[in-house]
Amino acid sequence: MTESTALEVANVSHRFGSRAALSDVSLSVVRGRFTALLGPNGAGKTTLFSVITRLYANQDGRVSILGHALDREPSRALARLGVVFQARTLDTDLTVAQNLLYHASLHGMTRRAAKERIQTLLTRVGLLDRRDDKVRTLSGGQSRRIEIARSLIHGPRLLLLDEPTVGLDLESRADIVAIVRALVREEGLSVLWATHIFEEIEAGDAAIVLHKGRVVARGTAGSIAQGTESLEAAFRRLVAEPAKQAA
Amino acid sequence: MSKTLAPAPVDKPVTHLGRLDAVGYLICLGGIVRRELLRFFNQKERFFSALVRPLVWLFIFAAGFRNTLGVSIEPPYQTYVLYEVYVVPGLAVMIQLFNGMQSSLSMVYDREVGSMKVLLTSPYPRWLLLLAKLIAGVTVSVVQAYAFLAIAWFWELDIPTIGYVAALPAFIAAGLMLGSIGLLLSSMVKQLENFASVMNFVIFPMFFASSALYPLWRIRESSESLYLICMANPFTHAVQLVRFALYGQFAPVACAVVLGTTLAFFTLAVVAYDPGRGIMARRGGPAGDPA
Repeated sequence: MTESTALEVANVSHRFGSRAALSDVSLSVVRGRFTALLGPNGAGKTTLFSVITRLYANQDGRVSILGHALDREPSRALARLGVVFQARTLDTDLTVAQNLLYHASLHGMTRRAAKERIQTLLTRVGLLDRRDDKVRTLSGGQSRRIEIARSLIHGPRLLLLDEPTVGLDLESRADIVAIVRALVREEGLSVLWATHIFEEIEAGDAAIVLHKGRVVARGTAGSIAQGTESLEAAFRRLVAEPAKQAA
Repeated sequence: MSKTLAPAPVDKPVTHLGRLDAVGYLICLGGIVRRELLRFFNQKERFFSALVRPLVWLFIFAAGFRNTLGVSIEPPYQTYVLYEVYVVPGLAVMIQLFNGMQSSLSMVYDREVGSMKVLLTSPYPRWLLLLAKLIAGVTVSVVQAYAFLAIAWFWELDIPTIGYVAALPAFIAAGLMLGSIGLLLSSMVKQLENFASVMNFVIFPMFFASSALYPLWRIRESSESLYLICMANPFTHAVQLVRFALYGQFAPVACAVVLGTTLAFFTLAVVAYDPGRGIMARRGGPAGDPA
């Protein structure tokens, strides 16, 4: 792992009984960059996120977050990581502020520091006026923005987002993408963004294609598209071929 | 772009804002307990329904059996007591039994809706997160048990005032034990729908095969093996611990069984929720997770 790496996944394999969900997966996220993790449903993206977030133990291989090995220093590694899960994970019976304060306490933040940070982050996601509303009164897009604010409360330097725009309308999707890209540009946040929506990826983004639990391509989105075809066409070609380990 | 989006303030990059020391542990513990209490107060019907069950037992069942089930003198009682008086400690601990299982059910629900993931990605050790959940559940169950005792007070229970104070640690110990059993169960139950079997195979046998509703010497008269089952049931000891404490007495054997059972089940729950060794890891992760 070099100084410039925010996340390093080296030779990670994961099995559920006899079924291999991840096979010898290696990838890295460069600090301060937006990295897209592309893969069809069932490719292993969520399993990979579960291993990186330590929901599943790392059965084989290594994971390091900002230089902290997940198996040796889990607390330090998780403290520097923010996550937006695929499923909605806010407590709908509580208010926005109560949800965010709860999350801040899970990271050992004092109430005063948490309140200041909540103010800043709700302003950033444009929902300060919904601070005291119950989450159940928010739209899907607004809930997602709150989840992004929540994932940033403790000041992580690496943000994982697992298909964060699934089920959202076009405008909400654009909002979410814009917020996260601004975080990368203005705060130097490192982002790993799992998706299968190609419009969310720019040609200069780092991209990794996962298929049947294996990395089948990596590089910039533009290089994967190979100049002539679109990223979507390249992706379809890659997942149509038998899975093979990228060189 | 949406008009609701404010111009992004340019912040300096922040470093981790939380504390990973002992103060951080306490903040985390307090935050989890606070959230559980908020959820509890948002579900007022849960509080009242938890009270209705033992009150029905007390006011209808116990009143009906008053004349057929007299209870002779046995410790901690000094005199012959009415059946209603006898069942009150058992019914109070029954509230805690249901509460422990309710907490367990809410853990399974949290797992299904995904909020368990948020909890488990906290940088603090799993045992601390589970302990916080346990403490939150116990706090709620103790409040419920005392609310029941407050209503039952009108039933001429003759519990000495000191008994209400002395029973507090007993209720806490009983709550910790039943909550720990619930925690372990929550790691084993894969789906919310399976919870009906927990009712059938855990709650009812624990409650009925205990000293909650009838003194054990009566059970022994009818069946020695059933008596031994009741004695092996940790719920019996939780009831006895509270029963003695309510009359200002200490039951050392019951206390040892309750604390030992708590330690055993809590340890097993921590192992079960460990990402490497636990049941969750072996069976393929939380229910409903896509690959």
